[in-house]
Amino acid sequence: MADPMRIRASMQGDKVLVRVLMSHEMETGQRKDESGNIVPAHFIQSVTASHNGKPVLSAEWGPAVSKNPFLQFQFAGGKLGDKIQIIWTDNKGDTRTDEAIVS
Amino acid sequence: MTKGLMGALAVLVVAAGYARAQSDAGTLKGIEKYREALADDNPADLWEARGAELWSTKRGPKGAPLAQCDLGKGPGVVKGAYAELPRYFADADRVMDLETRLVHCMVTLQGFSPAEATRRPFGNGSNRSDFEALAAFVAAQSRGAKMSVSLDHPKERTAYLLGEQMFFYRGGPHDFACATCHGESNKRIRLQDLPNLTDTKDAQRAYTTWPAYRVSQGELRSMQWRLNDCFRQQRFPELKFASETSIALTMFLARNANGGVFSAPTIKR
Amino acid sequence: METIVKFERDRREILKIAGAAAVYGALVAAGMARPGAARAQGAWNQGAFASKSLADVVKAYGGAGAEPTSEVAWGSTPEIAENGAVVPISVTSRIPNTESIAILIEKNPSALAARFQFPQGTDPMVSTRVKIGQSSNVHALIKTADGKFYVATREVKVTLGGCGG
Repeated sequence: MADPMRIRASMQGDKVLVRVLMSHEMETGQRKDESGNIVPAHFIQSVTASHNGKPVLSAEWGPAVSKNPFLQFQFAGGKLGDKIQIIWTDNKGDTRTDEAIVS
Repeated sequence: MTKGLMGALAVLVVAAGYARAQSDAGTLKGIEKYREALADDNPADLWEARGAELWSTKRGPKGAPLAQCDLGKGPGVVKGAYAELPRYFADADRVMDLETRLVHCMVTLQGFSPAEATRRPFGNGSNRSDFEALAAFVAAQSRGAKMSVSLDHPKERTAYLLGEQMFFYRGGPHDFACATCHGESNKRIRLQDLPNLTDTKDAQRAYTTWPAYRVSQGELRSMQWRLNDCFRQQRFPELKFASETSIALTMFLARNANGGVFSAPTIKR
Repeated sequence: METIVKFERDRREILKIAGAAAVYGALVAAGMARPGAARAQGAWNQGAFASKSLADVVKAYGGAGAEPTSEVAWGSTPEIAENGAVVPISVTSRIPNTESIAILIEKNPSALAARFQFPQGTDPMVSTRVKIGQSSNVHALIKTADGKFYVATREVKVTLGGCGG
């Protein structure tokens, strides 16, 4: 089971600002280990975010996104106490879903 | 001597007498901007969260958490503890840094053997180290505190003096000492400015920013790792994890940073 | 009846476009699919992520070309990065009706790093961190609701510090 994300959702004026830190190797598939073998590609391919169940962002990622990825975006129409949900899926089919409350 | 090392030595020699030219100022400002842009939302937070969990999870033969570990301010008191380490612990009758103390608690509270406890000092990708997570957690609880390492106990003084001696000790195939890189101001290796650890301001800034998420490592690294890697770069014999030397060096550096406001875990290149 | 027939015809048109992401995107735009709901295999645009150039990425997303623009704010994106493994990129599009922003690193083995789609109500801006292998142009590729592409470019230099530890 992948490690939890750290999601921070706060009000910035009338917008909800969402900042996410994810725990993932984001291996490019081009690196070699100490024995000289290629470390297989292992990276988050898709990220979706929703607000009270309504989609607010979707993303396709390649392995060039940095290890332990960071993501920040903002949207209108949210308020304190609302629920933000983030889902990521990687190229191996692993997935992680985490939630946060706008505070 | 490898070619790479020759190159590194050459750069070091050049850097030793190098005076900053005007064009460098722009570059350095750019790097400052880069560092600022990374300062918030530090992946170190992920290690801190893991460390918090490890601290309260029942583990080992005794099925106990680390939560009652005495880091110097009383059993279970984590807040402000890192800013006072290393220190003398009466129950072990020796000076300990954070990792040494954690090993002590893993053995006495949780029932692990010392070998089991120190199986993995430094993590690598999915091979995680509990120490790095715990270091992030404990250090974060000292944010805002002023470094205040004591030299009251004779063993604390001995540790400091040993650390100082080690800092200036030239050895290894390249006759390096810590002081070779860190004993003078305004030095750098490529674009990495080197703190002068014999200068109070530099020493404070340097020590209060470890542990750190090291971007080039993709890992959260502690002071034990920092010293181990310095030894590696000097081509010294390996600095054993939680050894007397590592504690002594940490004592020297931590004490020299007294008065500095602690801000780790930070993010570094 | 007419509406249903029209939809079937549109669907066939949509499926002809190269790249499953275009299918997915179109379905989203038509209100047929919600982002995150049962992502099919191939929702990730393989062609786009294998592309080596800006032009190829644009093609992979169904465009013919991208018009250069300066209507983009780069926020805290640095001009020089101390380590190319983690370079913060912040892009805000000032072009009206921006639907998506893609970040491309010209000199990386594959140019496309990430692509973000914004439903109505979400600001057309994003911050993330990417790997830049060597000093390179970074492109922000913007797609607007009318299907047009725009690109803003900025150079990011990558340096190295320390002894390699």
